[in-house]
Amino acid sequence: MALAQQSSPHARRARPTSNIMLWVMLAAVPGLLTQVIFFGWGNLINVVWCIAVAVVAEAAMLKLRNRPVLFFLRDNTAAVTGLLLGLSLPQLAPFWVSAIAVLAAIVLAKQLYGGLGSNPFNPAMVGYALVLISFPVAMTTNWAEPGLIWDTAPGFWDTLQTMASGQQSAADAFTMATPLDQYKHNISSQTATEVLQHPTFGDGVAKGWEWVNAGFLAGGLLMLWMRLITWHIPVSVLAGLAFMSLAFGSNADLYAPLPMHLLAGGTMLGAFFIATDPVSAATSHQGKLIYGAGIGVLIYLIRTWGAYPDAVAFGVLLMNFAVPFIDYYTPPRTYGHHKARRGLPGKNQG
Amino acid sequence: MTTQLWDFSGGIHPTENKHLSTARPIAQTPLPQRLILPLQQHIGAPAEVCVSVGERVLKGQTLATVTGSVGVPVHAPTSGTIEAVGMYPVPHPSGMSDWCIVLAPDGHDEWTEREPIADYHSLNRETVLDRIREYGIAGLGGAGFPTNIKLRPPKDRKVSTLILNGAECEPYITADDMAMRERADEIVSGLRIMAWILRPERCVIAVEDNKPDAITSLRKAAENTQTEVVVIPTKYPSGGEKQLIQILTGMEVPSGGIPADIGVMCQNIGTAIAVSRAVHLGEPLISRITTITGHAVSSPGTYDVLLGTPVEHLLAQAGLNEGQLQRLILGGPMMGYTLETPGVPVVKTTNCVIAATAAELPPPPPEQPCIRCGMCAEACPMELLPQQLFWHSKAGELEKAEHLNLFDCIECGACSYVCPSSIPLVQYYRAAKGEIRVQQAEHLKADRARVRFESRQARLEREQQEKEQRRKDRATAAAEAQAKKQAESEKAEAEGQPADGRSAKSALVEEALARKKAKAGKVDPPLEAASSEAEPPDFDALEKQLTQATAKLSTMQSMLEDARAENADNVEKLERAVAKNHDRVKRAEKALAEARN
Repeated sequence: MALAQQSSPHARRARPTSNIMLWVMLAAVPGLLTQVIFFGWGNLINVVWCIAVAVVAEAAMLKLRNRPVLFFLRDNTAAVTGLLLGLSLPQLAPFWVSAIAVLAAIVLAKQLYGGLGSNPFNPAMVGYALVLISFPVAMTTNWAEPGLIWDTAPGFWDTLQTMASGQQSAADAFTMATPLDQYKHNISSQTATEVLQHPTFGDGVAKGWEWVNAGFLAGGLLMLWMRLITWHIPVSVLAGLAFMSLAFGSNADLYAPLPMHLLAGGTMLGAFFIATDPVSAATSHQGKLIYGAGIGVLIYLIRTWGAYPDAVAFGVLLMNFAVPFIDYYTPPRTYGHHKARRGLPGKNQG
Repeated sequence: MTTQLWDFSGGIHPTENKHLSTARPIAQTPLPQRLILPLQQHIGAPAEVCVSVGERVLKGQTLATVTGSVGVPVHAPTSGTIEAVGMYPVPHPSGMSDWCIVLAPDGHDEWTEREPIADYHSLNRETVLDRIREYGIAGLGGAGFPTNIKLRPPKDRKVSTLILNGAECEPYITADDMAMRERADEIVSGLRIMAWILRPERCVIAVEDNKPDAITSLRKAAENTQTEVVVIPTKYPSGGEKQLIQILTGMEVPSGGIPADIGVMCQNIGTAIAVSRAVHLGEPLISRITTITGHAVSSPGTYDVLLGTPVEHLLAQAGLNEGQLQRLILGGPMMGYTLETPGVPVVKTTNCVIAATAAELPPPPPEQPCIRCGMCAEACPMELLPQQLFWHSKAGELEKAEHLNLFDCIECGACSYVCPSSIPLVQYYRAAKGEIRVQQAEHLKADRARVRFESRQARLEREQQEKEQRRKDRATAAAEAQAKKQAESEKAEAEGQPADGRSAKSALVEEALARKKAKAGKVDPPLEAASSEAEPPDFDALEKQLTQATAKLSTMQSMLEDARAENADNVEKLERAVAKNHDRVKRAEKALAEARN
């Protein structure tokens, strides 16, 4: 009888990383569904395409790095990166733009840094920022015109054909500037009422976008309820953004109003699904609050005074830089200690 | 009356599996063929055997005593013959062997004379504390700290809250639960004795709310006493001393401190029973209540086990299915350790044996990379950052791990339990702690060696200086003696002749010169060979030469003495130098005498 020798604890809760990632993907379904309903098939095709490229790229890199391919592929993290890019790229982006974004994410931002757990930057956002800077035309002219999928063109095959053709910009008839873009570029010469006449805004905050954001919010709440994420990052992202908007941009004739910031762009997707990527985020509760608030503030600053109408990717990447610093200065107070031990060893003992 | 409770941060709710071993009342196990009694079942010095092999001993007789202040004796759990004293495998995470007494029971179970204390209130507290020690009582909860020492908190610490820890938060273990159900009276009476010793303001028995039967019987037993039975929410690790104190008092034990620092003391349920028996029945600690459970035994249950009973004997009683057994755990599934052999005995701290099947506690899947999801930090009851501790421990950045309070980790295993990447976090922390301890020990050793070296250097230097000083003193003394002698002889001469002012003056000068020369010590300039020139005799120069030669001679002699004392290798050389200087002195005297004639 050979008795197994094991270090305690012997009992384990069975909720592996692969399972968590699967649930993250499932939590994104409501958002994806609303995207399809209001913006056509583009996002779904993007998602499938990006996941496929991500998994293949991950497998190839693992092979090159001499790592067990199946063992790591099973953690589903590559698929999540692909999914997030598919959800955030313009609906009608040409296939090569999404492929480049995914390759940058998986090869550059993730595997070259050492693979899962070792990447300092959010892979999906590295990919997104790279194509946003490199292909500004493709990234701004391929946003689908909002409208219910059963009412408007293009159909599934047309969409697929448009994306597969590889042309920089899809036909104008199918596309429309995003609400944040429209507002940003017209508010300087028009009043708020005039700007809001544009069809991209619809009757509510922003046609279709409000539902998409509601979908991601619902998915985010599901993840919170399942304790896949904690409330700290999403809440502080939204709070940072809301604070900036209320403090500096309350005049709708000069700046986009708060509801538009919250519901017209990638805010909910960013706050619940992207900023919460644990690998590249701050780790303590206090650190997460600072990290999230920083993202919220940066999103507002870049959207309002920067060159990009939506700025989740830059906000997240800039705060990724700050994570090691935040982590050193925000450890929790341990039981039995008067205060937290901040900073590096040898300083501020207590 | 409801008591205010506090919550501790983190914690988990693992599957309890306690129902397995609570279905039947506490059972007695039949006598095993032999009992193996480790000499060290407690923290402190191991006990020393005070019986001889072959001797017949009675139940309750002392087999080994402790002479030091920390430690408790070992008693015979039944009557029988001492078969051997030797090294046997003992319950320890390392699977090591240690000194044990082997007792072959004779089946008579014949007691030695017992001395119950009728009324301990009439005694001195020290007498009762001594009895607790002499009756072998060490904490039955985990570490086995001698109870009599724990019951003597530091003089400047007043224990205002005495807590009896009946939380038993680890899955599977039901030893305390069953004891509270069936032996509530003994528990309360043991607590009363400890309370009488400590005189706290508050006495609490804390029980998790998943033990309703235990709560009922405790409440009944505690009626009309000043004891509160407090029901706390079930959450692992509420039974951790620090967590339980936080739940009951809202206070935290300072890092690196003991509960007495904040006026609290925790005692174990089993310890209370042992104290009660030692005082009221005069029975030493020779048995304990232990849970035998797991899916690899057909009739799991809770047993009253004689100390020293081999685990395999218990497993046989509980119907072990060997084919199913995958691992054997001593303690609970969260903090217990695996056994290498079922031959180890039950000791004072053994509360549970789990015979687990592979399906029950499956081997952990391979470790995946940490994704810093932070679930460990959410589960940590000490409010640490396990993910950062892991990162630093794995990278060997021990200083950073220590800075993040690695040593406050209680190794409860909550972090590893929830880790989705199945990282054996606690194992990493143990390794890092061990590494740091080794480093600290090495630092300490190096520091000690440095201090030793420096003080040796200082001593050598001091000795050298002293030697130097002695040498100088001797030289001065010799020179003075010589000068005095010289002066006397001159004086005698002068008395025979007309007073020679010049000669008297020259004697004084010589004396001064001799002193100066002697001070210069061994760095004398080479002495010119005494010349025998046919010059008009110069008394001054000749006398000076003589003095110098004398001084040199005495220096050389003292050096030679030292060299002889030290057995130095320059003795021969010095001997020659002394002889040479001796000649020189002779010659100088001769020259002086000739000149005078």
